[in-house]
Amino acid sequence: MSERADASQVRVALPYHLRNLALVDGDVLLAVAAPVTLRSVLDALEACYPMLRGTIREYGTGQRRAFLRFFACAEDWSLASPDAELPEAVATGKEPLLILGAIAGG
Amino acid sequence: MSSVRVLVGTHKGAFVLTSDGKRKEWKVNGPFFAGWEIYHVKGSEADPNRIYVSQTSGWFGQLIQRSDDGGKTWHQPGLPNEAIPPPGPPAALPNRFAYDTAAKPLTTHQWYDGTQHPWEFKRVWHLEPSLTDPDTVYAGVEDAALFRSTDGGENWQELSGLRGHGTGSQWSPGAGGMGLHTILFDAINPRRMYIAISAAGAFRTDDGGATWKPINRGLRSPYIPDPNAEIGHCVHHVAMHRARPDVLFMQKHWDVMRSDDAGENWREVSGNLPTDFGFAIDVHAHEPETLYVVPIKSDSEHFPIDGKLRVYRSRTGGNEWEPLARGLPEKDCYVNVLRDAMAVDTLDECGVYFGTTGGQVYGSADAGDNWAPIVRDLPAVLSVEVQTMD
Repeated sequence: MSERADASQVRVALPYHLRNLALVDGDVLLAVAAPVTLRSVLDALEACYPMLRGTIREYGTGQRRAFLRFFACAEDWSLASPDAELPEAVATGKEPLLILGAIAGG
Repeated sequence: MSSVRVLVGTHKGAFVLTSDGKRKEWKVNGPFFAGWEIYHVKGSEADPNRIYVSQTSGWFGQLIQRSDDGGKTWHQPGLPNEAIPPPGPPAALPNRFAYDTAAKPLTTHQWYDGTQHPWEFKRVWHLEPSLTDPDTVYAGVEDAALFRSTDGGENWQELSGLRGHGTGSQWSPGAGGMGLHTILFDAINPRRMYIAISAAGAFRTDDGGATWKPINRGLRSPYIPDPNAEIGHCVHHVAMHRARPDVLFMQKHWDVMRSDDAGENWREVSGNLPTDFGFAIDVHAHEPETLYVVPIKSDSEHFPIDGKLRVYRSRTGGNEWEPLARGLPEKDCYVNVLRDAMAVDTLDECGVYFGTTGGQVYGSADAGDNWAPIVRDLPAVLSVEVQTMD
């Protein structure tokens, strides 16, 4: 968890394999300065947990990996602009940003 | 006392199998990286405690893992192995494999429909540590390219002279993708190296990886437009004996081949094999003319003939083959043995090992005369490598 006095505490829920990689048991808490966006949250996540770099966003392009989805406040943000502000409930840590692996493979 | 460590990559994790020099009793450790595809696990000959792993996932992409203690603990090279890392960005990018796109023909390759298609990194198929430096390791990747790290896997640079070779834009994927799956070092001439790609063929460098040439003369593949083409052959695997690096043995899509001049010319040595389709091939550790293959029925039916799992051994460098069946399934066996799933140890009586897509790992402590399962019910085995410790 990173600490910044002027930043919001954002909660991120990771899928099982990424929790294992990051060596965490539950949601991660991140200090993210406003405006809180997908990009700023993922930047903070990768800064605190560098072992996750490349697992959520592609190296080089920064694009979301094809079989991952982002949800905030029960809405699918996967196709939203990475610079769009996330809902206030996520920005203030009341609700987590969910990162999910697509259910695939039958 | 001697001991053996068998490194197994599977569809759902890695396993480390250990035994003493008798190779009768085995301890199975794992799964490591449970749930991930482990394409390859290979130890350094320069430092047996150094082991590299290719860990990959359709969801989360490619990771490189490393052990510095013989497989007890693992970490991504250069990254903190703790939940709350020290401040500041790490310098290492161990999972980044960026193609050199500086100039044509490094921008595109041939796609299935004949059009040109951008190169796209998908995964690391094979990791080959240097024979002399544990921090130097090569990675063969899909789409076919060769990368090298000189800092223990913390950062990777492409040896773009391979894709930059004049035929690079004509390479095209086979049904299994376009992967660089074989990397062989010449232990006598450190400037020379061999690689093989499905479905481009075999290539050699004589200048440490700066420039490459195709070495496919003599290969014949009736299923491609020009059966004798310079490139485009579906080479499944290549093996050599360390003491005789100019002699190469190849399991092609169909045909077992041999070259006595560093790949300049190949000739078929399938001889009396019941089928010359297969994936794995290897050479006895002490007998350069003793080879092992696992014949597979056909490219349409990837399992042994008549459900009988057989290793075939030639003690004559090919052409004359004998079936090795003692201890292997006699019936109802419909598994495959993939290209990187066979290896030998270097104990006085050479041990031979292979893994199957059914999750069995078989071992022979007497050069193939007798076999026994080390473990029967792993996930599908993708790779098998062996470390011999004195």
